[in-house]
Amino acid sequence: MALKTIQAPIPGTFYRAANPGDPPFKAENDAVAVGDTVGLIEVMKTFTPVLAEEAGTLRAFHVENEDAVMAGQPLYDLEF
Amino acid sequence: MAIRRIFVANRGEIALRIVRAARELGIATVQAVSAADREMLPARLADAVAPIGPAHAGKSYLNKEAVLRAALESGCDAVHPGYGFLSENADFAGLVEEAGLTFIGPTPETIRQMGDKATARSVAAQAGVPTVPGSEGRIEGLDEARAAAAAIGFPVMIKAAAGGGGRGIRVARGPDELAALVPQAAAEAKAAFGDGGLYLERFVGRARHVEVQVLGDGRDAIHLFERECSLQRRRQKVWEEAPAACLSPETREALCTSAVRLAKAVGYRGAGTLEYLYDAGTGAFFFIEMNTRIQVEHPVTEMITGIDLVREMIRIAGGEPLRLSQGDVRPRGHAIEVRINAEDPSRGFQPAPGTITALSLPGGPGVRVDTMLYPGYAVPPFYDSLLAKLVVHDETREAALARLGRALGELAVEGLPTTAALHRALLADPAVRAGDVHTRWLEAWLDAHPLTP
Repeated sequence: MALKTIQAPIPGTFYRAANPGDPPFKAENDAVAVGDTVGLIEVMKTFTPVLAEEAGTLRAFHVENEDAVMAGQPLYDLEF
Repeated sequence: MAIRRIFVANRGEIALRIVRAARELGIATVQAVSAADREMLPARLADAVAPIGPAHAGKSYLNKEAVLRAALESGCDAVHPGYGFLSENADFAGLVEEAGLTFIGPTPETIRQMGDKATARSVAAQAGVPTVPGSEGRIEGLDEARAAAAAIGFPVMIKAAAGGGGRGIRVARGPDELAALVPQAAAEAKAAFGDGGLYLERFVGRARHVEVQVLGDGRDAIHLFERECSLQRRRQKVWEEAPAACLSPETREALCTSAVRLAKAVGYRGAGTLEYLYDAGTGAFFFIEMNTRIQVEHPVTEMITGIDLVREMIRIAGGEPLRLSQGDVRPRGHAIEVRINAEDPSRGFQPAPGTITALSLPGGPGVRVDTMLYPGYAVPPFYDSLLAKLVVHDETREAALARLGRALGELAVEGLPTTAALHRALLADPAVRAGDVHTRWLEAWLDAHPLTP
């Protein structure tokens, strides 16, 4: 089993759910398939989904919901 | 109770605008900053800065308690909310006043009254201001919606009572669409504004957007003529002019005096804007809503009237009566503002934060640039994409268009894409030059004229 840290593709505000109060797209230890939505990044009031490019098990998030992220900043750990 | 120290509860170019107006009045400023905004130009130019929270606006610029606490702790006696964020939040205005500070804007009651779009419509109708044929106040449930739509006539717009800024608007062309869209609109309004209330209005297809600037001191009110903002993308204005060249002198007079009637009817205090739809085919105008704050496009009015709206609103908040009578407001020439946003018009207006590597701003006669940019500034990704407002003024609209072209030619922003390319293309378009546009013109034009990198 290998662990890989996935980085934020763009800068902005990271959201783990589509709307406040909704369940998160992914919880820790959830399975992730290629193309799954892991979160959203809001850039200047525009929301872009963060799509998984690799499959595996999501082990940990490095940022909290509504945290600021910079491009390249560690976002989550994927085990595969 | 003259104001001595203003807390600037906003960011970007409007924060800078407020800092500048205050300084000219001999008033100190404390600039609110989120963790992402410590290096912005208004923070550098204000007398002091006050941290209000993390980058996320919900936890900083929209956090009423944090903003008020910072205003009190920094020894301010007034709060200027700018536009957006808490500027039209009646609860915030109330908290500021309860804490013994001055809110630079209307009373919480006026904000509440005008903020509920259904109430605003009925207040306008009572003041003799024409409104778009629509439901009388809120509609509750689909049966009421059906009855109201039948009386108004299709197509109808479904709007959120608590909405604004063009959000949450749907168009139903017939009863079936109405049945499908009303529950959706109610759910979306509930999620977005915490209030699922709706109202209906007739949909005017080829409308122009005109709006009247008013100034009141709580007792008396005047207008500062109108602006036209028909060039919009996704209901966001991109280009604004004053005056509205499409109006006859008679229509202008009727429009502007109707706005003053409404401002007087509510005892309006401060700077405000009444937005109208204008049907150029029939010459009819209809009130849509009132914005109880300074607006992004206020500089075009300042350019044609020579009146500094932000200074006037500060003076009024400090207890001074209106210094101008209606006869003192004499418009001269024509002004145009274009919004320079951090968006890539050749890639679907994708937002593009980044660092400004080089900057050349236009100057010379009749040119004004309101911007928070400086070379080396890192535009944060967390907020609105507005970077700069390029405003020109000249004797006629034709001369102002030529001056805009000259100024756009001098403008160079490097390090990120901007909407300057859109404005250069619009300026070359015959319909824009002739002023022959309406509120849905730009989106159709963009489909037909995609911008290339």
